[in-house]
Amino acid sequence: MSDIVNTDIKLGVNKFFVDEEGAHIKLKDDADRAEVKKLIAACPAGLYKIDDEDNLQFDYAGCLECGTCRILCGDTALESWEYPQGTFGVEYRFG
Amino acid sequence: MTGGRLYAHSLERIIPGFAEEAPVERCVVHEKISFMNEGSCTTMDHTNVASEDPAERSYTVLRSKFDPWLAEKAEDEGANYIPGIRVDDLIMRDGKVCGVVAGEDELEADVVVLADGVNSLLGQKAGLVNKLSPHHCAVGVKEIIKLSRQQINDRFGCTDKEGAAWLLAGSPSDNQMGGGFLYTNEESISLGLVFGLHNISSVTKSIPQMLEDFKHHPMIAPLIEGGELLEYSAHVVPEGGRAMVPKMVADGVLIAGDAAGLCLNVGYTVRGMDLAIASGEAAAQAVIKAKEAGNFNSDSLSAYTKLLQDSFVMKDLDLYSNTPEFLDNSRMYNEYPDMVNSMMHDLFTVKGQSTPVRKSFLGHLRKAGIMNLLKDGWKGVRAI
Repeated sequence: MSDIVNTDIKLGVNKFFVDEEGAHIKLKDDADRAEVKKLIAACPAGLYKIDDEDNLQFDYAGCLECGTCRILCGDTALESWEYPQGTFGVEYRFG
Repeated sequence: MTGGRLYAHSLERIIPGFAEEAPVERCVVHEKISFMNEGSCTTMDHTNVASEDPAERSYTVLRSKFDPWLAEKAEDEGANYIPGIRVDDLIMRDGKVCGVVAGEDELEADVVVLADGVNSLLGQKAGLVNKLSPHHCAVGVKEIIKLSRQQINDRFGCTDKEGAAWLLAGSPSDNQMGGGFLYTNEESISLGLVFGLHNISSVTKSIPQMLEDFKHHPMIAPLIEGGELLEYSAHVVPEGGRAMVPKMVADGVLIAGDAAGLCLNVGYTVRGMDLAIASGEAAAQAVIKAKEAGNFNSDSLSAYTKLLQDSFVMKDLDLYSNTPEFLDNSRMYNEYPDMVNSMMHDLFTVKGQSTPVRKSFLGHLRKAGIMNLLKDGWKGVRAI
């Protein structure tokens, strides 16, 4: 078993053009907690977190646009899911 | 993004000898398949010189290099390539797709070919694709790790233009459906894993943690030592096979590639790009035919479905239609990797006890369940 992974470091090597104005993924206020658990385990970017006060935290900056959250939870946890506006989002420089 | 391997045959038919000028990475001549658990790894390793027939080869590719080359080829033939625009919606009139909407702009067309990937929002809008099920999808995560050409040649036993493809079942995907993969590029390796999303409630660690632990496995760690992380990427992989292929045509619209679920994982090979390319070719042929007839309704466009049905795309998907169910068996990712590694460990361990190997082997077979082995073996033979 290795150290606890820090996805922020990995995301740091990627190139992102974050759309500060518009979130391409929006969470529901009353997202089902069992569903959220799935997202915490599954999101490759580690963007879904529960903070010390037991609040669900989510930041769309750093999204790898894989679509996992949409398929796993759809409308049980997400208000909306779309691709970022053109020229925004992650730019894969290798592929 | 993609896992990183292109089976050449379908592009070879469209652009013969493409690999001589295309920016491919390495020609795969080493194939490895492993059963892996936390501390062990047992590998089947097959080497074959590159085939004389270019259509039988496969290449590792990095799409940021490969795609622009392919786009230029299309432009040379008269296509217009407009990157950096998100298509938001379809123009629909009387139930027929008549073009696309991108922001303020509207682009009218006789026919729209949807190739917007596995999360095909437009396919859903067109009424072709149903809601995706976690049972039909896996998520793939991948790191591109920079190593020198020489390091790769030395570590994987390759020459400059030749490389390795490696699939690993067991601990990489937390002993659940899925597995690790490793492809050698010219001066980097693509290392990652896929995980079947329907098992997400059974995991003992997060998917990013699985990748981290996989990288630290004693088998993998020396191979990437000193390597520099260049990129971290992720994407969903359609893995439902034949069962997830949607309706392929409607009035004024076709669907191709990942968006149509055209992907094939049979355990020892994972294919997507060759199916996507062939579906693009079939779509083009159907559209040309429809244009000649001056009719773009679903009847006319159903030539596409017929072309796919007659090609390897649907034939292979039909042939392997039982494979997704066969592979959705926890024993493949848990008991069997353990069994194989325990057997190999006993085989190669000398400890001064005169126990016949067959006796220890039988013990490991019994632990996995001999009936299970027979049953899964039989199912496996029929699934492939």
